[in-house]
Amino acid sequence: MAQADGVPLPDAAPSCVSKLVLLGSGSVGKSSLVLRYVKGDFKSVLPTVGCAFFTKVVAVGNVALKLEIWDTAGQEKYHSVCHLYFRGAQVAMLVYDVTRKESFLRAQQWLEDLEKELQPGEIVVALVGNKTDLEEKRQEGKEFAESRGLLFMETSARLNHQVSEIFSAVAQELLQRDMARLGSSPLGNSGAMRLNQAPTRRTKCCSH
Amino acid sequence: MEAGGDAAAPAPGDAQDLEDTQDLEGTQFPSEETGDGGVLSGPLDPGDGELEETGPKAEDEPPSRLSPLPQPEVPSSTCEHWNSAASDSSPIHGPESGCGGQGGDPSDEDWRNQRKHVFVLSEAGKPIYSRYGSVEALSATMGVMTALVSFVQTAGDNIRAIYAEDHKLVFLQQGPLLLVAMSRTPQSAAQLRGELLAVHAQIVSTLTRASVARIFAHKQNYDLRRLLAGSERTLDRLLDNVERDPGALLLGAVRCVPLARPLRDALGTLLRRCTAPGLALSVLAVGGRLITAAQERNVLAECRLDPADLQLLLDWVGAPAFAAGEAWAPVCLPRFNPDGFFYAYVARLDSMPVCLLLLGTHREAFHAMAACRRLVEDGMRSLGALRALGEAANFSSSQEASAPAYSVQAVGAPGLRHFLYKPLDIPDHHRQLPQFTSPELEAPYNREEERQRLSDLYHRLHARLHSTSRPLRLIYHVAEKETLLAWVTSKFELYTCLSPLVTKAGAILVVTKLLRWVKKEEDRLFIRCPPKYSTPPASSADQAPHNGLFTGL
Repeated sequence: MAQADGVPLPDAAPSCVSKLVLLGSGSVGKSSLVLRYVKGDFKSVLPTVGCAFFTKVVAVGNVALKLEIWDTAGQEKYHSVCHLYFRGAQVAMLVYDVTRKESFLRAQQWLEDLEKELQPGEIVVALVGNKTDLEEKRQEGKEFAESRGLLFMETSARLNHQVSEIFSAVAQELLQRDMARLGSSPLGNSGAMRLNQAPTRRTKCCSH
Repeated sequence: MEAGGDAAAPAPGDAQDLEDTQDLEGTQFPSEETGDGGVLSGPLDPGDGELEETGPKAEDEPPSRLSPLPQPEVPSSTCEHWNSAASDSSPIHGPESGCGGQGGDPSDEDWRNQRKHVFVLSEAGKPIYSRYGSVEALSATMGVMTALVSFVQTAGDNIRAIYAEDHKLVFLQQGPLLLVAMSRTPQSAAQLRGELLAVHAQIVSTLTRASVARIFAHKQNYDLRRLLAGSERTLDRLLDNVERDPGALLLGAVRCVPLARPLRDALGTLLRRCTAPGLALSVLAVGGRLITAAQERNVLAECRLDPADLQLLLDWVGAPAFAAGEAWAPVCLPRFNPDGFFYAYVARLDSMPVCLLLLGTHREAFHAMAACRRLVEDGMRSLGALRALGEAANFSSSQEASAPAYSVQAVGAPGLRHFLYKPLDIPDHHRQLPQFTSPELEAPYNREEERQRLSDLYHRLHARLHSTSRPLRLIYHVAEKETLLAWVTSKFELYTCLSPLVTKAGAILVVTKLLRWVKKEEDRLFIRCPPKYSTPPASSADQAPHNGLFTGL
């Protein structure tokens, strides 16, 4: 079970619960990213049916944040129900396959869908280029992410490259936004954090 | 399974007899071919036994719903192409059959050597699914199928099957979808039709009939593969199971996990107790086999749940796609309501292969269902059920091979190799879920070819027992490598596979022993005393027997 009930919590019970939704075309590696992150596992997975649900507690500084991860199916037949899943989401990860241009375009499409449904600033959006083990990094993802103010990272679920980093980074961003909204001081990290700088810090925060 | 159950049309020509048609066709089919482009005219002759035709024969019948391919577009070359694909080993179609020379799959030897092909295509002839090979390479072949169907439909008829020597072609039209099976297995046309219906049900379960119809009404040449992406493997699995592990589809029944009755009853009670808003049906299953199920009265009171729907759900949750996490997905039960979705919560319990399925009507009830699962999990833990299930089923570490079963040795009847047993003695006032039981397939049936042979034999016997023209009650069949005995009475339907050296008297002894064993074990093998509804009935008047199947579950 992916339910976090049995997972040892960092310091205290999670102080807040956040809904994270992964969106993207079929077979870009959404489920693989989640499996790698939640279970530390990589295996060939079958296309997700509907939506798979996982939870994971992530520590950001001394705050425990419970992520509810909704891993949606990339297949078109489930798109009609996808809106169901991203309603109320605080984080959206738009995943594409760095070797497939059309999956990148599809991720941009998802961004538009999100912007239509949700208020700007309501949701933390991260663009994730997966499968870097298959191809050299490409620039277009990063440029697009910068132009739209998205978090961005290129990952490889297979090689476990930057997987936990991207999840920690969205968690941090989320907390900072919350803090900013509540008017209290940020977590000690000053200023807004760009995601592509994040991995150098806290790489172990969610390795349990 | 019955040919008459076909939705296409009332079927006067239903009672086809396999042997008779086979006798006919060797002589008639080739002789009636009239050269270029005339291939189709032969089988259309009303007097011909090869083509099952149904419906009125009126000449002035309105043209078909299909967009018929214009006649000139069905040249002999296309037919040759089809012929060569259809009859790989036995070119009975004269000189035309020699050339399957077009590139792509149909010319491929491996492809042509497959025993059974199943195709799904749209009315416009657009390929949707093929069991083997890539659908792109088959568009010409599929074009011919569409042509055949629409040609017959312009005459106000429906094409149901074509018999060509050892090949059978079965056609099934379901809304805008055309399903075709092309087989040289001994399966009867009715059995193949049942398989096609299961394939169609599988498609409907992910898309619903209404949305398929809407899509094609909107755009006739829509490529449905876009929407079915990822479902092909489910269809492959379904069709493979027919050959590897027949029973469910053949007998129209579900298989239960053998389990001590007190434990099963306790689990049933537990499922009934754990409810959530909108919860319609809860099912505990492992490896595609049923542990127990409970139906919510308020939601499904008026309707019965078809065993085919339950089997579909069992296959579905048994899919490896559900191996991780908790899943939440829309699913349609084609027999219950082909046009609407349920929302299904699927989770493996305690990282065991035991699977809980909660079927509800609320699209946003995920968290309520998850809470319900925790209740079930806690309840099972306090019952010690997971451990007991583990012992009963002796789970292996790999989740795929975790179907719990028993060995045929348990029966203690030497010479008995395998059997399928379906009880029919169900009290009328308490209609139960059709179930069957069978032991694990052991040596010599652990190899693919051997399983296929056994499956073929079972299908052959089943077809003879259920032949519409000359049904039999008892068959003693001495095959090359085994002896089989099939027997249907008012109390049960039984297929046994025995060692080839058994005598007739010995076989009867074995079957007697087997029947005695099943009687003794029936509380463990079957759900004999099904749990009632999750919520107490509002009034006794509601408890009419017409509530059907799941009243009994």
